[in-house]
Amino acid sequence: MNIVVLVKQVPDSGSERTLRAEDNTIDRQSVDNVINEMDEYAIEEALKLTESGGGEVTILSMGPEQAKDTIRKSLSMGAHKAVHITDPALHGSCAIQTSAVLAKALGTLEWDLVICGAESTDGQVAVMPAMLSERLGVPHLTGARKLTVDGPKVTVERQTDGGYWVLEAQTPAIVSVWDTINEPRYPSFKGIMAAKSKPVQVLSLADLGVDVGEVGLSNATSEVLEFANRPPKQAGQVVTDEGDGAGKLADFLAGQKFI
Amino acid sequence: MAEVLVLIEHADGAVKKVSLEQLTAARSLGEPSAVVCGAGGSAAAIKDRLAEYGAAKVYVAESDDIDGYLVAPKAEVLAHLVAEKSPAAVLLASTNEGKEIAGRLAIKIGSGLLTDVTEVDTEGTATQVVFAGAVIVKSKVNTGTPIYTLRPNSLAPGPAPGAAEEEVVEVTFSESAKATKIVDRVVEASTSRPELTEAAIVVSGGRGVGSAENFGIIEDLADALGGAVGASRAATDSGFYPHQFQVGQTGKTVSPQLYLAAGISGAIQHRAGMQTSKTIVVINKDAEAPIFELADFGVVGDLNKVVPQLTEEVSKRKG
Repeated sequence: MNIVVLVKQVPDSGSERTLRAEDNTIDRQSVDNVINEMDEYAIEEALKLTESGGGEVTILSMGPEQAKDTIRKSLSMGAHKAVHITDPALHGSCAIQTSAVLAKALGTLEWDLVICGAESTDGQVAVMPAMLSERLGVPHLTGARKLTVDGPKVTVERQTDGGYWVLEAQTPAIVSVWDTINEPRYPSFKGIMAAKSKPVQVLSLADLGVDVGEVGLSNATSEVLEFANRPPKQAGQVVTDEGDGAGKLADFLAGQKFI
Repeated sequence: MAEVLVLIEHADGAVKKVSLEQLTAARSLGEPSAVVCGAGGSAAAIKDRLAEYGAAKVYVAESDDIDGYLVAPKAEVLAHLVAEKSPAAVLLASTNEGKEIAGRLAIKIGSGLLTDVTEVDTEGTATQVVFAGAVIVKSKVNTGTPIYTLRPNSLAPGPAPGAAEEEVVEVTFSESAKATKIVDRVVEASTSRPELTEAAIVVSGGRGVGSAENFGIIEDLADALGGAVGASRAATDSGFYPHQFQVGQTGKTVSPQLYLAAGISGAIQHRAGMQTSKTIVVINKDAEAPIFELADFGVVGDLNKVVPQLTEEVSKRKG
């Protein structure tokens, strides 16, 4: 079984993230850029499936030149090869445009399953698998905490608020996973060395046959008009418990009409 | 007045709170029309409630296929209504399901969408809180019929009378809408507590709670306050509390009136999920814990003492 894993490079959620004043897009310069955490779980799940059932794992990533570091990391975990879509015209693309480009690229690859993280830590839009499903006419089984593939039958436990739903569909299909699904491996030294020589195909929009007029900030379906960093919170009152902490806290809650 | 389609989330004959918020928010864009998708009888059970919150119309799409397949049938119902009614906008809930329906719909009708919206004004400009609550963004859809998903607890739902005139929507679903079958719905944690993302009060425990058994003191406090229980990732990863209650970057985003964090240090992972709570109260033995930066009121102390005492104090004062 061949699996494509969608991987996104994102600004590290531990750093001070903001937008760029000049065009209101994500600032990728002043922060560390890392693999989107949830994508590591997608890679792990794909590796487990191909290790037991054969086939190859291909990483598909769209992003600026620097996203090659994230791709290399994905390969060092054990993925076999990668496709990197990069083109200056993609800067500022919205989710809808991104899904069009990814759908086009997926059309050129051989796969039974596409696996991705349930959401990215930067945009948190969480619509990519649903959009790709709509564009490609294949089922999506999203929000998985468990994935089973038996021949062409794909079964997922979709995490819900009070439990889970059992979803069923046939390959080819798109699956998204939460971080409850597995424990991603760390790249081994051998894996890191092997990744250096694994094939990474770099594709431009022209290579994919996508018109530059369909993508990018100036053609996006929505725009950021303005942004502001949230003002830091006013420091509140802090007391040290000397047997009376709970009472003081209750006074505060009563003052705010919570009790 | 322009019509605004509002996809209603409902379960067991009740409208979810977020959908009352959607109906309220939709009024700034035009006249809300509720769209009810579900099994036969779904709309009848909730029609009065929708009228109370300003639904001028109720579009009723009832079929066993709606609950039998994942999200795609609902996207087809909305696409059909957008084509037929030419609404000014479509407003969904910013839940996992709401976002997925919005995503499919956006592709079907060629429109832009904005997710995790906290407010939308009469011009259609949406406010979004991004990057773990650090940045506030104003955005606008510039293509097609704007689609918004509204983050739960962003505004107080306000009643306003509506005619709730029913109109049956006849839809037959395509084969591709029936590609992902829902074969079972399993309830694991049945609780009388409010749903985490909708609760007005959330009491969360972290690594400092120490064990699964000890999470009982967090539950007791939540029950005394009438709130939901949450947990930090450190607590869920340690097996102290089930994963579906995790608040944070990789869990639920909550925005309650009151958030009480006990034994939580306040790593960015956690802050991302609770930073926009209106009032934040902290109990932690480490006075240097970063969570205190967010606190409106903090107690430096042992949660094993302070939490049970607070539960007792709350119960006493509530009489």
